[in-house]
Amino acid sequence: MTDPVISIEGIAKRYGAKGHPASGGASTTIFENLWLKVNRGEFVCVIGHSGCGKTTILNILAGLDRPSEGVVLVEGRELAGPGLDRAVIFQGHALLPWRTVLGNVAYAVSSRWRRAPKAEVEERARRAIAAVGLAGAEHKRPAELSGGMKQRVGIARALAIEPKMLLMDEPFSALDALTRGTLQEEARRICRDTGQTVYMITHDVDEAIYLADRIVLMTNGPGARIAEIVINPLAADRSRSGLHHDPAYYSLRNHLMDFLVARSSAFREAPPDGYDPRHPPIVTLHHSQSGALRAMT
Amino acid sequence: MHASLGARALAVSLLVLALFLAAWHVATQGTGPTQVMDPEYAKLMGATATTGKSAMPGPLDVGATIWQHLKRPFYDNGPNDKGLGIQLAYSIGRVALGYLLAVVVAIPLGFLIGMSPLMSRALDPFIQILKPVSPLAWMPLALYTIKDSGLSAIFVIFICSLWPMLVNTAFGVASVRSEWLNVARTLEVGPLRRAFTVILPAAAPTIVTGMRISVGIAWLVIVAAEMLVGGTGIGYFVWNEWNNLSITNVIVAILVIGVVGMILDQALARLGRLVTFPE
Repeated sequence: MTDPVISIEGIAKRYGAKGHPASGGASTTIFENLWLKVNRGEFVCVIGHSGCGKTTILNILAGLDRPSEGVVLVEGRELAGPGLDRAVIFQGHALLPWRTVLGNVAYAVSSRWRRAPKAEVEERARRAIAAVGLAGAEHKRPAELSGGMKQRVGIARALAIEPKMLLMDEPFSALDALTRGTLQEEARRICRDTGQTVYMITHDVDEAIYLADRIVLMTNGPGARIAEIVINPLAADRSRSGLHHDPAYYSLRNHLMDFLVARSSAFREAPPDGYDPRHPPIVTLHHSQSGALRAMT
Repeated sequence: MHASLGARALAVSLLVLALFLAAWHVATQGTGPTQVMDPEYAKLMGATATTGKSAMPGPLDVGATIWQHLKRPFYDNGPNDKGLGIQLAYSIGRVALGYLLAVVVAIPLGFLIGMSPLMSRALDPFIQILKPVSPLAWMPLALYTIKDSGLSAIFVIFICSLWPMLVNTAFGVASVRSEWLNVARTLEVGPLRRAFTVILPAAAPTIVTGMRISVGIAWLVIVAAEMLVGGTGIGYFVWNEWNNLSITNVIVAILVIGVVGMILDQALARLGRLVTFPE
């Protein structure tokens, strides 16, 4: 827990009344005073309702957007803009439709290693395509691929640049349930095998339970906060198909659902006593008990 | 038995053509000697009065003239009698020069306007006012400043080709999907490489559509421009043959202008298919 790849320090995002903090009234705060560390090799999922600024936070981490307040540190340095150390997997796959699968991945590779010879670029791209199980489809164009295959190419493109961190914005939400399940399994396998650090947004509770090591719960916006961070108690070698047989599964799922249904909106009006946005409560659930057992750290 | 749609369409096309040619032939046919007249007097009166034949040439006359032109497209008997091929070459040359000049100006300028909301707003009033001006209205100004009729014609082609390409390039560049630009940003792609590897391919279909509209307008305008500046070109040829009262050659020129215009349009359509990407 002492090796943060990314450290979010007190960031806020406000719209309107830009540069006129004293003008009052017109400014809307999407979220404020957000603190979070993502450690190396960790898979973090963020859950919250629409409008809590999940995507804005991801865009800030990607360097595509700037916080109105606060800073983000990447390995101890202040984040200044987009960078090849962080790869983004976009919700809408964002492949360049005029390029082939190989062309799309090679574009990222040649951006990462500008002086690499063509053969090396292609070799790296082919390896990344094979890693997501698309070997043989290198010369297809995105329009010829199914939604799941397109998102695989998006993952291959992100992995090919060997980033320090993967940022995923609801990467599987546009896919059908079967494809989504397969891709979740492969994403988990690849991230575990390579020790990849991942920050992922989702609104799918089961997806978070299966993939995440820690689940960050955000309250509703505007003025969203991190309500708590839930440590996933399930075994590291969990399988997606066996998930619902795990005794810890239901207490975790109920805890998350209760939060989304009730507490995410109630939190804003009445934060619990002693709530410190800098150290949001860390929740560990013990599956031996029926209810949730809170452990503050 | 059902022939394919293409074959049936072709059959209908041929039928329409045959009917048109037959009607044309009958309409321009003479009605035979109209009245008995003195042979000397008949020579003076010409075919219209003596045999009832129209001064409008029939399809056979036009066909024969086309054949003559095809046999000798590049003859040059002095300023007022040049082969159709030479006249066409002059016109195509002017269009090519003016059009390429417009490409060179419109596409970079369109990129600037498309990428910068400031420039887009700042230049919009100028474009909106200049775009609807008939290109021929520029002709006197061009003749006065350039003082060369040939270059003035090229300038008129330039100015009429400019607007559709400029507007389409600016629109195509401005509407590149932000997610593609974000891909380039997260990959730390520099502005020049981003322009060539993301914005240009993404905007290419819109740009080529603008180029196709432009080439069509340029080919429309060149005929009128050459009628004004004179000397050479297919537009001058039409006007010269009108002065010669050679309706046959005017009809031939109309056909040739149509065929060349179609070829230019199809060439740009083919280019458009090359740069279009399915999504």
